[in-house]
Amino acid sequence: MNMQAKIQRTPAEQGLMDAFDALVSELPGDSAVTARRDRLMADFGDKGLPSRRIEAWHYTDLRTLLRAVPDHLPGETADEIDPVLAGSHVLPLIGGRYVEPREIEGLKVASFRDALSGGTATESLAPLREDDVIGRLNGAFVMDGYTLTLAAGSAPEKIMELQSVQNGGQAHGRFRLEAEAGSRATFLERHAGGEASGLTSSVSEIDLAEGVELVWIIVQERGLEDTHLAQLRAKLAADAKLTVYVINMGGKLVRQEVDVMVEGEGAHFDLRSINLLAGQSHTDLTLTLGHVVPNTTSEEIVRNVVLDRARGAFQGQIRVAREAQKTDAQMSCNSLLLSDDGEFDAKPELEIFADDVVCAHGATVDDLDPVHLFYLAARGVPEKIARALLIKGFVEELLDELDDEALSDALRERVENWLDAHV
Amino acid sequence: MLEIRNLHARIAESGTEIIRGLNLTVKAGEVAAIMGPNGSGKSTLSYILAGREDYEVTEGDILYNGESILELDPSERAAKGVFLAFQYPVEIPGVATMQFLKVAINEQRKARGEEELKTPDFMRLVKEKAGELKIDPDMLKRPLNVGFSGGEKKRAEILQMKLLEPKLCVLDETDSGLDIDALKIVSDGVNALRSPDRAIIVITHYQRLLEHIVPDSVHVLYKGQVIRSGDKELAAELEANGYADIIDAAA
Ligand SMILES: Nc1ncnc2c1ncn2[C@@H]1O[C@H](COP(=O)(O)OP(=O)(O)OP(=O)(O)O)[C@@H](O)[C@H]1O
Ligand SMILES: [Mg+2]
Repeated sequence: MNMQAKIQRTPAEQGLMDAFDALVSELPGDSAVTARRDRLMADFGDKGLPSRRIEAWHYTDLRTLLRAVPDHLPGETADEIDPVLAGSHVLPLIGGRYVEPREIEGLKVASFRDALSGGTATESLAPLREDDVIGRLNGAFVMDGYTLTLAAGSAPEKIMELQSVQNGGQAHGRFRLEAEAGSRATFLERHAGGEASGLTSSVSEIDLAEGVELVWIIVQERGLEDTHLAQLRAKLAADAKLTVYVINMGGKLVRQEVDVMVEGEGAHFDLRSINLLAGQSHTDLTLTLGHVVPNTTSEEIVRNVVLDRARGAFQGQIRVAREAQKTDAQMSCNSLLLSDDGEFDAKPELEIFADDVVCAHGATVDDLDPVHLFYLAARGVPEKIARALLIKGFVEELLDELDDEALSDALRERVENWLDAHV
Repeated sequence: MLEIRNLHARIAESGTEIIRGLNLTVKAGEVAAIMGPNGSGKSTLSYILAGREDYEVTEGDILYNGESILELDPSERAAKGVFLAFQYPVEIPGVATMQFLKVAINEQRKARGEEELKTPDFMRLVKEKAGELKIDPDMLKRPLNVGFSGGEKKRAEILQMKLLEPKLCVLDETDSGLDIDALKIVSDGVNALRSPDRAIIVITHYQRLLEHIVPDSVHVLYKGQVIRSGDKELAAELEANGYADIIDAAA
C-alpha cells in the first residue's frame, strides 16, 4: 500500500490518461509494444507531469503550465507544406501519420508503424531517465513516424525534410535514423502547426556510425496555441561529426530536449540554437551532453531574442567521464532581452570527472549595444532599421556557419520574416 | 559650412564638462586640421558633431549650412551630409559589411527623397571604390569591422565616406594604425574628395598626414577650447616644439 496521500491529478494529467484509454486499441504494435505502452502509462499515472521540484524541469513547471490537453484525434486537416528549402525531399508526417514511402537514393525509408509491429522498436520506447516525461509520453502514444537508414558511404545531395504538420488535436511521432559508416547528409526536422490548439510530442533518435557527417536542423514553427514536447537523442561513434541546429520560432509551450552521447574518439558535436520568443510563450531548450571517451570535442552556442512577456530557459548539462581525457567543450548562451516583461534563464552545468579537459561556459543577457546603434545611426541608418539589422545579425551569425549557402539563406529568410513580423 | 559657437558640452551621465566654450568655423571647400594633446576633447567634439547622446550640449550652438543641428538625431545629420570616420571603428558581428553599406546608402537616399540604388549599380559602385582603396572584396563579405586589422578598419571608414559622399567629413585619427603605403592610399582617397562644396576636418597628432592632406587651417584644441588657429605652418611648429609654448601662451 502506498502510504503517501495520492496527489490530485491535474486536468492535463487526467486528459492524457483518458486519451490513452480511448486510443489504446488503435495504437500500432506487437504484444511487446502494447505491454510496454501500458507500463509507460502506468508509470505516468504514478509520477504525473513534472513540477519545478524535479530539477530537470526547474524552469518549466509542466504540471502548472500544461493546463489541459486537446482531444487525441488528429485535429483539423493539415496538408504537406512547402519545404524550407525548395527542392528538398519531403518526408511528411501529417496529423501524426506517415504518408507514403519516397524513393531517395542512399536512404532506406520505412514507416515507424511497421517497426512497432515488427518488434524492432520496443526497446527505444523506454524513457531515457526517471524524469524523462517526453520519452515516456511519446513511448506510450507514438503512432507513426519514419525509420531511415542512410547507406554506408552515401551522401544524398538534397536535404531531407521530415515534415510534421499538425493543426490542433494530438500527434506523437518518431523519427529514427541510422547513418551508416562514412555517410553524409543534411536532415531538417520541421514542426509546423495551425490555428487550432494542439499537443505534439516528437522523439528523434539518430545514430552516427564511424566517420558520419550529419547536419540535423530542427525548425519549430508550431501554432501560437500549441504545446510541443520534443526530444532529440543522438549517439556519435568514432570520428563522427554532428551539427544540430534548433530554431524555435513558434508554439505556446515548448520544450526541446537534446540528449547527446559522444561515444567514439575523435567525434565532434556542435549545437547552434536560435530561440525567437514573443507573446506569452514559454520555450525551454535542455541539453544533456555526455563525453565518455578521450579526445572528443563539442561547442554549443545559443542565441535568444525575447520580446513581450515571453519566457525562455536554456539548461546545458555537460558530463565529462573520468576516462574522457582531452575533452574540449565550449558552451555559450546569449540573450537579447528586448522587453522589460520578458525573461530568459540560463543554467549551464558542468560535471567533470576527468582532469585533463578544457571546458568553458558563459551566459549573457543584454539589450542592444548603444555603441552599435550609434555607429549605424552615424551612417544614416534610422533607429528602427538599425535595431532590426542588429537583432538579425545577432541570430543570423549562427546561420552563416552552415556550409550549404542556399539552406542558410532559406533559414535566414524564415528568421527574418519572424523578426519583421514581431519586432 | 560649419560654425561652432561658444560650445559647452558635458558627459550626460556624470555631468563632467569636456567642451568648454569652443569656437570653430570651417568653410565649404576648406580642409581644417585639429590637433591637440591626448584627452583635450577632439574625439568628444567629433562625437558631438555626429550627435552621440552620451554628451549633452549645455551652451552655444552648432550651425551647419546656417542651421542648428543640435536637435537632429545622428541618422538625420548623416542624411544631411555629416560623416564621422571613427577613431575606433565599431565591430558589429553578424552584420555583413556589404549589407550594411547597402542599407546605409539607401537609407540616406530615402531620407533625401532620392531613389534607392539597385543592387547591380550598388555592387559596381562598391567594387570601384574598394579597388581605389586597395580593399580586398572578400573583406566586404565579412561582418562589419569584425577581425579587420587596425589599418583595414580605417580603410573601411574611408570606403564608407567615398560611397556616402558626405558634405562635412570629420576624420578622427584616420592615420593611426596605417602603414606608410596605406597612409598614401587613404590620403589620396581623401584628397580626391576635396571639392568646393565639401569641408573636411582632419583630427591628427602627426604632421606626416598633413604632408599628404595639406590643410588650409590648423587649430589647436586644449581642455575643450580652440586655443590657437593658424595655417599649415602651425602644424610644423607643433611638430618641432610640442604643445607647451602654445599652452603657456594661452594660459
Ligand atoms: N563617455 C565618457 N566618459 C568618461 N570620460 C569621457 C567620456 N568621453 C570623454 N571622456 C573624457 O574626456 C576627455 C576628452 O576625451 P577625448 O576622447 O575627446 O580626447 P581626445 O582629444 O580625442 O584624445 P586622444 O588624442 O587621446 O584621442 C578625456 O579625459 C576622456 O577621458
Ligand atoms: Mg581621440
